[in-house]
Amino acid sequence: MRSRSSLLTFTLILGAALLIGALNLAVPPGAAMHAPDYIVSLAGKYTCYAILALALDLVWGFAGILSLGHAAFFALGGYAIGMYLMRQIGARGVYGSAVLPDFMVFLNWKELPWYWHGFDMFWFAALMALAVPALLASLFGYFAFRSRVTGVYLSIMTQALTYALMLAMFRNDMGFGGNNGLTDFKDILGFPLAAASTRVALLLASALALGLCVLLARFVVASRFGKVLVAVRDAESRTRFLGYRPESYKLTVFVLSAAMAGLGGALYVPQVGIINPSEFSPANSIEAAIWVAVGGRGTLSGAILGAVLVNLGKTVLTGALPDAWLFVLGGLFIAVTLFLPGGIAGTWFIRKPRGARAPAAGVREAAP
Amino acid sequence: MKASIRAILLIALVLASPLAHAQSHSDARESHSDARALLASQRYDDVREGVHTLAASGNPNAAALLTALRDGRLFFASDKALYIRGQDGRLTTESGHPAPDIAASALHPVRVNNAVRRAADAALGALNLFAPSATDRETAAAAVFQTRDPALLPALDRALAQEKDPSVHRAMEQAWAAVLLSSGSGSAAERLAAVAALRARGDLESRAILASLSGQPPELVEASGQAVRAIDRDLQLWNLAQNVFYGISLGSVLLLAASGLAITFGVMGVINMAHGEMVMLGAYTTFVVQQAMQAYSPGLLNLSLPASVPLAFLIAGGAGVLIERGLIRFLYGRPLETLLATFGLSLILQQAVRILFGPTNRQVAAPPWMSGATRLGGLTLTWNRLWIIAFAALVFAGLMALLRYSSLGLRMRAVTQNRTMAAAMGIRTPWIDALTFGLGSGVAGMAGVALSQIDNVSPNLGQAYIVDSFMVVVFGGAGNLWGTAVGALTLGVVNKFLEPVAGAVLGKILVLIALILFIQRKPRGLFPLRGRAAEA
Amino acid sequence: MNSLLYIDGVTVSFDGFRALDGLSLVLAPGEMRAVIGPNGAGKTTMMDVITGKTRPDAGRVVFGADTDLTALDEPAIASLGIGRKFQKPSVFEHHTVADNLLLSLAGQRAPRRTLFARESAAERLRIEAILGTIRLTPYRDLLAGSLSHGQKQWLEIGMLLAQDPELLLLDEPVAGMTDAETAQTAELLREIRGTRSVVVVEHDMAFVRALDVKITVLHEGSVLAEGSIDHVSADPRVIEVYLGR
Repeated sequence: MRSRSSLLTFTLILGAALLIGALNLAVPPGAAMHAPDYIVSLAGKYTCYAILALALDLVWGFAGILSLGHAAFFALGGYAIGMYLMRQIGARGVYGSAVLPDFMVFLNWKELPWYWHGFDMFWFAALMALAVPALLASLFGYFAFRSRVTGVYLSIMTQALTYALMLAMFRNDMGFGGNNGLTDFKDILGFPLAAASTRVALLLASALALGLCVLLARFVVASRFGKVLVAVRDAESRTRFLGYRPESYKLTVFVLSAAMAGLGGALYVPQVGIINPSEFSPANSIEAAIWVAVGGRGTLSGAILGAVLVNLGKTVLTGALPDAWLFVLGGLFIAVTLFLPGGIAGTWFIRKPRGARAPAAGVREAAP
Repeated sequence: MKASIRAILLIALVLASPLAHAQSHSDARESHSDARALLASQRYDDVREGVHTLAASGNPNAAALLTALRDGRLFFASDKALYIRGQDGRLTTESGHPAPDIAASALHPVRVNNAVRRAADAALGALNLFAPSATDRETAAAAVFQTRDPALLPALDRALAQEKDPSVHRAMEQAWAAVLLSSGSGSAAERLAAVAALRARGDLESRAILASLSGQPPELVEASGQAVRAIDRDLQLWNLAQNVFYGISLGSVLLLAASGLAITFGVMGVINMAHGEMVMLGAYTTFVVQQAMQAYSPGLLNLSLPASVPLAFLIAGGAGVLIERGLIRFLYGRPLETLLATFGLSLILQQAVRILFGPTNRQVAAPPWMSGATRLGGLTLTWNRLWIIAFAALVFAGLMALLRYSSLGLRMRAVTQNRTMAAAMGIRTPWIDALTFGLGSGVAGMAGVALSQIDNVSPNLGQAYIVDSFMVVVFGGAGNLWGTAVGALTLGVVNKFLEPVAGAVLGKILVLIALILFIQRKPRGLFPLRGRAAEA
Repeated sequence: MNSLLYIDGVTVSFDGFRALDGLSLVLAPGEMRAVIGPNGAGKTTMMDVITGKTRPDAGRVVFGADTDLTALDEPAIASLGIGRKFQKPSVFEHHTVADNLLLSLAGQRAPRRTLFARESAAERLRIEAILGTIRLTPYRDLLAGSLSHGQKQWLEIGMLLAQDPELLLLDEPVAGMTDAETAQTAELLREIRGTRSVVVVEHDMAFVRALDVKITVLHEGSVLAEGSIDHVSADPRVIEVYLGR
């Protein structure tokens, strides 16, 4: 994928979002071309998933780090914005407290915990949606990469991380709404979330964010940094003998990716209207990995394609044959790894140079 | 107070009764008929008196009569003869013979109120202290310890004097001490002896009695204070031991779940995310076997668990061989792909079981030999936990022996250590791969049999253990079975000690974080394979 | 004596097995040295110790005037100017030949630098020059994974040259090469000789002879003999343990 094609991707994403928005707002309901509201919110959801997929692809496809905890970063970003939306409810909550969210009143809390301060300001919450995942990723990554934990060990550790976070968030005394999470949002930046125009605006914002993420990811992987990253993926110890520090490369891309996932989560929550601890479940992270695998890891457009296709399949199938979806998802995992290691994009879209093979993140290190 | 003094006197009579009985048969007979008259009275005081008289009479049926009275099943006819209505509603005479036909209107119930009931209870307690069966006597002593009825003190004294069974004697002594101290009677020396007896008993109730002593001579307060502190120390130790037991029990569950993984992941290096589903298959096998036995041979139902073990091994092991041949062998050397593919497989297996057996929990009944508990000093050991610990140890030992001493084990180790060399020696490596994977899966299936006893048998059963199992194997050092055992027990004990301090969920989180930090420091686990082999 | 590399009494044990046993070796600046010895003599372990992959149990490795390499890790040692070629060719298979060289070029290694680095004209010229030296110019835009075994060996030597190191460590550079390729490689090494120090580990005695340099014979983790090819091949102990009669 050259930079021209990433501009094309950018244009396509934005164009699709604009089209859906226009068909929803400008075409009257009942007309054949009208895009119903649920299409807008589905498109918005898929866009956010695509951001998550892109973030995961950046670490998995290009640095060989299969993170099974990326849903945690996504959810943290979501919680940050969720906290802002909770504060925006103000006195309109069931208990009518101007400051305390409903669940705190319910738990008989008297005042706002310190870490809820500042979340009444949008800019602060938006900053936290990026900073908190990035901070967690840098802490975790610093320790993990420094001690040269790689491969499946790293995957299992990231899974344990998101699992621990899920258990923690289920607790009421953490102050994040426990089991029920954060919900019943009213408006964002003063615009009611229920309004069709707000939803279209959120879809456009998500599409813009995704497009910019594609450009950013493109810049990163095309740079010399990106080449080192691929070198680290394929032969980590060789890069060390060339004088590179793989751990700082992995850490950089891991943190960037976590912030990107946080952005996806932050855009996701206002569109679905709820965030709860189940977003941290390890299964969510693994599902994101299969989007990337289906689309084609190591290709940016592939990750986006995979996220949209798999979720489209999920939406259609869970509606038509609810029992069959898990069989299909499980089958996808197996079929892709066995028959389509390069994913859709890696197999059909990319014209490979002579002798090139589909990138395989699990390649054993060539160096002894 | 007056009544209770009278009661004491009367019960002292009871105690004398075996002697008195032998000495003067006629006296007893007389007191017996007194008792009848008193019981037939309309005044509660008289009835209570009657209870005491009856208890003191030495009448061999006294216990049955008193029980019936307490339960309101004792009647008298106009001639003062007593009749008991049995649980089945049939009337019998005092001595248990079927009663002659009497018009229901001719019978009047003995009047009972709470005071009478208490008197009957106390009298029964005292009577049971002389019951022929040691178990009954011990139960009676324990009951006295609970009620601490001062009226029973003389009875206790007397029972103590003639008790031969050491354990019953001890129980009576403790009961005596409890009554003595809480009623405030007895000489100073007796009370000191009582403190010592309670100190020896050393449980929370003894502690409560000792701690409530006040306004006593200083030396007694001193002694009881010391006893309380000593009991506290003991209780702490027992508490510690109990926690260790819980920890070992949890550790053995982890070990069971992780043993199979130690083979497939630790030894073979295959990351099988469907490992938990092998455990689940084992648990459902147990369920099916139990259902089948219930339907076809209910007589053998108690053996359904042992019967499930080999079957679970075969089913999960067979599934393992299929998985290896059909999926994993195409993915050797690609661990991340293996992880994803086997995760997909776990989704499919879960969903298949959900459709076959339904999404709800299935009950696997515990056989009688696995229910209940036994006490060891201050420890409560439940039988199912004990069995699971034993089972885990057995499975682990069997696995070690198989790997170390069997020719299959030798070939397995050869293949995992140097595949090409093993192949060159004529070992059919693909076959060994399949068998090794099958073995690990089969062990997981056996774990499922045990887990069906302590966890819900549901399609999500395996998910609950998969992260923990990986942690155990990684913590212990992949490829090292001993490491897995030590890792499992350590994690189990640490978890149980953190639980009371931090709460179950937070404790689990802390353990996870500690593990993550541990892996940072020692990426190859507690007992890493060292040297050049590990570098490859 | 002025030395570039001074290995001083280095001992390495793996679970009781002594891979290196008080090994000492001195390399002058600009010197090329061939190291030979039977399997298990400690040749690769010696390279591991110099490059920081393995920490010795005892002994020092001094580079240049007074840098103790045993206190540094691999990237730090590589940045000092020590390049290593592995026994098994180790190139970045999913990068083109040119990119392999680009990544090896001496320069900034920190992520914040490489993120914004652009290929300069000087770098491009240097890459072309190295491509010429290692005879891979026609293959510059091919993925390295598609090269033949011998070409990968050359590419790896080229990557070492691109690093512009003071000391090159070559572990069996001609293993698996055809005779013609071996001869070309010997020629290549003679070309770079004198400009930097080189340690070559080899089994191929014809190749070692063609290099015509001082030889160190390792046996069981320490130096058995040292000197010219004629000197060591006449040494009865060397014949006994390695060359054979």
